[in-house]
This record gives sequence, C-alpha cells and structure tokens, in this order.
Amino acid sequence: MKLPIYLDNHATTPVDPRVFEAMRPYFVEVFGNAASRNHSFGWQAEEAVEKGRKQVASIIGATAKEIVFTSGATESNNLAIKGVAQMYAEKGNHIITAATEHKAVLDTCKHLEKEGARVTYLAVQANGLVDLDQLRAAMTDKTILVSIMYANNEIGVLQPVAEIGKLCKERGILFHTDATQAVGKVPVDVIKDNVDLLSISAHKMYGPKGVGALYVRRRSPRVQLTAQMDGGGHERGMRSGTLNVTGIVGLGEACALAQVGMAEEGKRMAYLRDKLKDRLLAALDEVYINGTMEHRLPNNLNISFAYVEGESLLMGINEIAVSSGSACTSATLEPSYVLKALGAGDDLAHSSIRFGIGRFNTEEEVDYVTAKVIDVVKKLRELSPLYEMHKEGIDLTKVQWTAH
Amino acid sequence: MAYSDKVLDHYNHPRNVGSLDKNDPNVGTGMVGAPECGDVMKLQVKVNPETGIIEDARFKTFGCGSAIASSSLATEWLRGKTVDEALEIKNTDIVNELSLPPVKIHCSVLAEDAIKAAIGDYKKKSSAAVASDQGAVRVQ
Repeated sequence: MKLPIYLDNHATTPVDPRVFEAMRPYFVEVFGNAASRNHSFGWQAEEAVEKGRKQVASIIGATAKEIVFTSGATESNNLAIKGVAQMYAEKGNHIITAATEHKAVLDTCKHLEKEGARVTYLAVQANGLVDLDQLRAAMTDKTILVSIMYANNEIGVLQPVAEIGKLCKERGILFHTDATQAVGKVPVDVIKDNVDLLSISAHKMYGPKGVGALYVRRRSPRVQLTAQMDGGGHERGMRSGTLNVTGIVGLGEACALAQVGMAEEGKRMAYLRDKLKDRLLAALDEVYINGTMEHRLPNNLNISFAYVEGESLLMGINEIAVSSGSACTSATLEPSYVLKALGAGDDLAHSSIRFGIGRFNTEEEVDYVTAKVIDVVKKLRELSPLYEMHKEGIDLTKVQWTAH
Repeated sequence: MAYSDKVLDHYNHPRNVGSLDKNDPNVGTGMVGAPECGDVMKLQVKVNPETGIIEDARFKTFGCGSAIASSSLATEWLRGKTVDEALEIKNTDIVNELSLPPVKIHCSVLAEDAIKAAIGDYKKKSSAAVASDQGAVRVQ
C-alpha cells in the first residue's frame, strides 16, 4: 500500500489507464479538426468524435444527436440554464432549483436573477432530498425550467429525479439535471426519468479534465437553447468552438467502461463504503451521517465527528486525501452551505468529512483510513473542550458562547 | 494550505493539554469562541497567590491546527510569568512565532482573548476573596 491515499473521488478521479490509451493516438498522430470536411485528417477526427458521442449517449439512454460536447459540467450547466432562460423568455421567467445545488447551477441562477429572472431555491429536507410537494407548489404558469441535481457532490444523496421529471412533464416545464456525480456510478436513463437536459463531466468518471457534455432532448419536446458561445456554429449551433477530439475520445471511453462495469463496481464501492461507515460508527460515539443512506451514491460517505473540528482532523490524517465541510478549509471561512441546508447546525458542518471511494481504491486502503480516522478523532477529542463538556452532561446549545 | 513546522509540532505534540479545577480560588478559566464559528478555546492558569506567578497553564481547544497550536503555545508562554506580564502577550507575538498566514490570524486573536479571559477570571476571583476577607475582618 502506498501513501498518500486518495479518497476524494467526488472532487476528481484519476484517468483510467484504458481511457488514457484510447486517447493517446489523438494527440500526435490523429490530430485533425473534426470540422475539416475535405480531407482524411478531418474525417478521422470526426469519426472519433461520433464514436464518443454514441458512447456518451448510450450511458444515459439518449441518441447521439442529443449530445453537445462542452468543456465540462460547469459549462453544461451554464448552457442549459442560461440557454433555456433566454430561448424561452417569452414563455416565462421563473426557474426552480434547490439550495444544495452545485455553485455552477446556483451562481448561474443568481446571474439570471440580476437580468430579471425569478428563481425559487427550494429548501431540502433533513435527509438532503427535495420535497416533491414543495416543488409542485412552487410551479407557476411562468415556470420554464426546473434544475435539480441527480446526485449531490458533498453528501451523495440521489434526488427523486424520476418523480421530478414526471411532475415537470405534466406541467410542460423543462427539466435539467446536473448529473456530474451520478453518470457512471448509478444507472441514468433520460427517457425513463423524463429528463430534458442533463450535464455530464468526464473527470468525475475516470476521464480527462476539461471535457463534458450536455444532453439536449430532441423529441417530445424538442428543446432549443440560445448559444452562449458564438463562433463557427459547431454542435448544431449550440456550442461553437473546435471540438476537443482527444478529450471527447476520453469521455466516450470512460462512459463505455463505466457502463459495462457499473453493476459490479457499484457493489464493490458500496461494500467498501459500508465497511468504513460501520467501523467508524462502532468505534466512536457522537458520529452523525449527513444525508440519507437510503438514496445515495454507493461510493459516498459524509460524516460529522461531533466536537472535532474538520480541518484539525484533516491535518491528523494528512496522508489521506479527503474533504471537509469545515470553514477553515475554504477561502470564505463559511462552512458548507450544503450541510447547513440540512439544518444540522454549523457546528456539525465544521466537523464533517467527505469520503469519496473510487475505482482504484483497495480494501487495504479503506481499512487503513478507517483505523487512522478513529485514532485521530480520539486524540482530538481528548483536546476538545466541547467533548469534555458533553461528557460532563452540559448542553452545549444552552451555553452562552462569546462569538467572535 | 501548508503549515509551518512550529504549527505542526504543536499539533502533533500539544503542550499542557488538560483541565484544572475551575472552583480552585487560584485558578482562572477563560473560554472563548463558539462551536458554530469552528473554534472554542479553554485556557486555564493556576496562580501562586503569594508571588502572583503563573505556576501552571492548561488548555483544551476545538478548532483547526493553527488554533490548537496558538493555545498550546500560549500555555508555554504563560508558565512562569506574573499575571501582569501575561496580559502583555499580544496576538502578533503568536502570529510571528508560529508564522501564521493571514487567514489564520483570528486563531491568534482568540488565543489572546483566552489569556485575557483566564487572567480576568482569576483577578475577579482573588479580588472577591480579598473583599470577603476584609469583610470578615470588619465583622471581627
């Protein structure tokens, strides 16, 4: 076993060596511009792009023509939301999203608010899921788009996408889902789920960084978008810019590998994740899981170790790469807005760690991490005045703190 | 973020961790910060009433590595100082000693606040004790 151990696979994943091998010829040998229609260099590039398009379409149950390649999920989210808001401005100006969305969705919505759009940010329940009744109640005649993520990047919870899709279809509202964390991890089907727009990123599924895709439904309804990038009219005019052929080959291969291995890999991820979870819960008191375990990515565990501050915990396990919702790990000094949205309290947000298990993690690594985390949490609790007070039976919520 | 060697040393080998009896008249206790802000420091001093010298200092801290290091360092510095010398410790001294980056300066501020709170608590206790002693004299 080699240190450090990478267990932050929601942030990014390594490129699968098979993906890398598939990409390799497209740097130096096959370098053509896929838009070059009159020579073999262009034809070869185009062939590679179209293969990738089919592979991406296949993993979400779409057709190749419905895939628009982008630079990643942030761009896909921007194109979907701004593109719909502008294209359907005459129909309405209301967008519904959720408080726990990724910043690429939230900040896009805030941008549109400045331009006159009205946005509803749905609160989530304590388990992290959107309340369908609240969603239904928020829909108006002016609602043109609902954007709710498939799987959350911090707590891994899976939103009831199929139910949301059904609701949107009934009301004639377009449904966009940021499926960055879900595609390749859990089965995604845009037909079954009534999804109209879906964002994909390659680097979260063992593909390269800098490439992604947006699924744009072509039939019932045919979704139209206002382009956000003007230029040569690539990707049926929806996204100009010379195609990233190498990246698209990588994204396609990553999708193909994930699709074939998903069931088996999902089982292995869930086994390792549950082993980690069960051992932490058995060894430590005052440990809280953030978000429902029932509807969750198989490789995610987000857990708060009460009375221990997240950054100090990360410091103690410095040979293990994970993330914390603690303020101290971010530039803003604000704890995770996702955890705050669950209503768990800022103190538990400060004490949270996100584990993201990946394809290349071994059981030995997960066991090592488990033992190390238990060890450091115990050590830090000996240092913690809050744990001491808790043990003395003091109710910390009743203490008059000197906020600073 | 990279930690300085001194922060790492205090984090890995915190000095003077623990608690003193807060009901002891010679012990001053300071607790500052709030859980929702991500750091709480408890700092205690035990003062020799004859000499006014801090004979023992202990801490417990919930917070990031820099907060732990700041309070650990504070206990080291407090030991052997008089109560009045202790009040001269400034957060900037802690920043310099631990090479804290700008984003962690609040940890040193909290440590200075904790020192002031602990000394303040001790002074309050001892002046109350003096007052009650004087009261006792008058009764006699």
